[in-house]
Amino acid sequence: MFEELSRKLDGVLKRLRGEGKLSQGNISETLREVRRVLLDADVNYKVAKRFIDDVQQRAIGKEVLQSITPGQLIVKIIRDELVTLLGTSNSELKFSSSPPTVILIAGLQGSGKTTFSAKLANELKKQGRHPLLVAADVYRPAAIDQLTTLGSQIDIPVYSVRESDAVSIASHSVDHARKNARDVVIIDTAGRLHVDEEMMREVEAIKYRTKPSEILFVVDAMTGQDAVNTAKAFHDRLNFDGAVLTKMDGDARGGAAISLRATVGKPIKFLSTGEKLDALEKFHPDRLASRILGMGDIVSLVEKANEQFDQEKAAKLESKIRKSQFTIEDFYEQLQEMKKMGPLSQLVGMIPGMNKLPQGAAVDDGAMVKIEAIIQSMTREERQKPQVLNGSRRKRIAMGSGTSVQEVNRMLKQFDQMQKMMKTMSKGFGGGGMRRMARGIPGF
Amino acid sequence: MGILDKLRFEKLKQGLSKTRDGLFGSVTRLVTSKNTIDDEVIEQLEETLIAADVGVEATMEIIEAIRKRIKEERYADVQELQHLLRDEIQRQFVQTSNEFTDPFNITGQKPHVIMVVGVNGVGKTTTIGKLAHHFAQRGMKVTLGAADTFRAAANEQLEVWAKRADVHLIRHAKDGDPAAVAFDAVQSATARGDDVVIIDTAGRLHTRVNLMEELKKIRRVIQKQNPDAPHETLLILDATTGQNGITQAREFGAAVGVTGLVITKLDGTAKGGIALSITRTLKIPVRFVGIGEQLDDLQPFSRKEFVDALFEETAT
Repeated sequence: MFEELSRKLDGVLKRLRGEGKLSQGNISETLREVRRVLLDADVNYKVAKRFIDDVQQRAIGKEVLQSITPGQLIVKIIRDELVTLLGTSNSELKFSSSPPTVILIAGLQGSGKTTFSAKLANELKKQGRHPLLVAADVYRPAAIDQLTTLGSQIDIPVYSVRESDAVSIASHSVDHARKNARDVVIIDTAGRLHVDEEMMREVEAIKYRTKPSEILFVVDAMTGQDAVNTAKAFHDRLNFDGAVLTKMDGDARGGAAISLRATVGKPIKFLSTGEKLDALEKFHPDRLASRILGMGDIVSLVEKANEQFDQEKAAKLESKIRKSQFTIEDFYEQLQEMKKMGPLSQLVGMIPGMNKLPQGAAVDDGAMVKIEAIIQSMTREERQKPQVLNGSRRKRIAMGSGTSVQEVNRMLKQFDQMQKMMKTMSKGFGGGGMRRMARGIPGF
Repeated sequence: MGILDKLRFEKLKQGLSKTRDGLFGSVTRLVTSKNTIDDEVIEQLEETLIAADVGVEATMEIIEAIRKRIKEERYADVQELQHLLRDEIQRQFVQTSNEFTDPFNITGQKPHVIMVVGVNGVGKTTTIGKLAHHFAQRGMKVTLGAADTFRAAANEQLEVWAKRADVHLIRHAKDGDPAAVAFDAVQSATARGDDVVIIDTAGRLHTRVNLMEELKKIRRVIQKQNPDAPHETLLILDATTGQNGITQAREFGAAVGVTGLVITKLDGTAKGGIALSITRTLKIPVRFVGIGEQLDDLQPFSRKEFVDALFEETAT
């Protein structure tokens, strides 16, 4: 989701690598480029400016003296600042001590409130709660039908009254929940413009009447500079508790996340990542920051400074790649090494050159778990020489890893492709071969 | 300017007053407090354009052009800066062949097939409702094809609009094949001799390969009915969209050959810069702008009016 920003920053910072010293001159050039990257990513220009100022302040100072190399240091500073900007903790929802807990969902038209409401209900249901969805959008044609349909898909009741007004629907819904033993009420309100006084008063009235424990502001991840203004306006009226970034499965650079967090000071609580009703993720600022800067080799060198990465092993790996001796065993070792690093995006980046993923490529956690299981079910010999893998061996591996023979075959085929790509790569690092290699691995 | 045009212009101006306040209010305030244009003014202008989602590249080009002209032509006062700005911004919009003709006036082959595409939540269905209303108002026979078979209650939503505009609607059951709906809509409109067919499609992120394939299929199937169709493929863009709008336009363009843009929700945001960025980068003309929630709040786009309205000093 943030690949594009990462890629751009990667390009910019590459120029800093190999520089002997961090001078005022080369910092300012780099930072100007970073600013541009941030602006292209829809980070609000004020936020971007503040960010750059902070980085500059930290970069020119005593910390430079302790640096490993100037390039590594500035990457680390940028990353730390980004983490700070995105917030430092995960946020949970607040639940009322006297049920039902009311959660109010608000935002602009088309930001994805209704879909998110259903996803949230589904998530809370999985946690053993008993949500009630409330359709309080009496304006958009068929909005009530939309929520009703979604509710029935996840088997969650939907409360609404046709030919009524939003405020009374909302306030009656709370009584309805109480009578019907529903412990969470999720009120999906109509999309509204922050400049529409009448509509903003309506949502204020809903807040007043239903006393929500949690108000969530839903914002489209593709939003531009204006994200800050709408967030501010909604925040002034509702004092919302957190934000939800939707459509995060697209390739929007996602600067809205940075702007929003920096401007209203409220946490981003969820990421909505698809049209399926379970496509909801918790927001992890640290993960996101790493992802924004998911710059493979340089980041891993910084990580090495944090003593998490065995550089020797990496060097060995690189020499193996160059000699085309990369085995499944090595691949597995890399997987383990990468897991220490945390997020999967970094895992990708750790294979030299693999951070340059094609645009729009996504990383799939599930697929990686399977690959791991498959490799674990192989003998040492099989890992070294995959050509010994006959039908019965493959069947055994599938049984052992809880996968199917097809999946084992696919993994082997992908490994084979990867090996070929590595060969191409060893002739000339980078280039188109990388992209093909990346595609060869499931989930990439 | 005829009286109707005048009314239309006033309406557009009204809708855009927020845009104008946002985009040029601060520049005007800044330059009126000064007599000459200096670096501070230019810097402010840059910030203002960026804050309007014009994008770094376009902003730099506009600024560069203005700098150059200031140097060469020795522009120095407020009025002149306004002229410069207006001129440069207009230049960034592609010249569109039909700009001065009425886009609601459909001539040529019947039925005129319009396919409407875009990411989720940009206002495709609402725009189609408004378009249908406009065509129907002009006495044209309109068929809507509800090819968004994915989103919950999308059919019902379009049905409400079809009733409001009093036009024909072709719909299938939910989760049906959207291409089949499009096919039926074009076929039925052809059989009945309708003037316009508008195909609604499900919102989809341009990064979803399979969904983009589905869109291509809808187009292919429409072409089976009529090789010249769709005569227009409109990409709907939310005015609040940031720089991702360019990627959206590029990807949808590559998949189904977007021929025009509609910028929606222009009444709600203080910015409209994305229209500028897209049209200058991809040479796709803006056909309509959505500036309100009423049925007639869809206006044909004209860059002159757009820019004039931005600069209109006596805002209401």
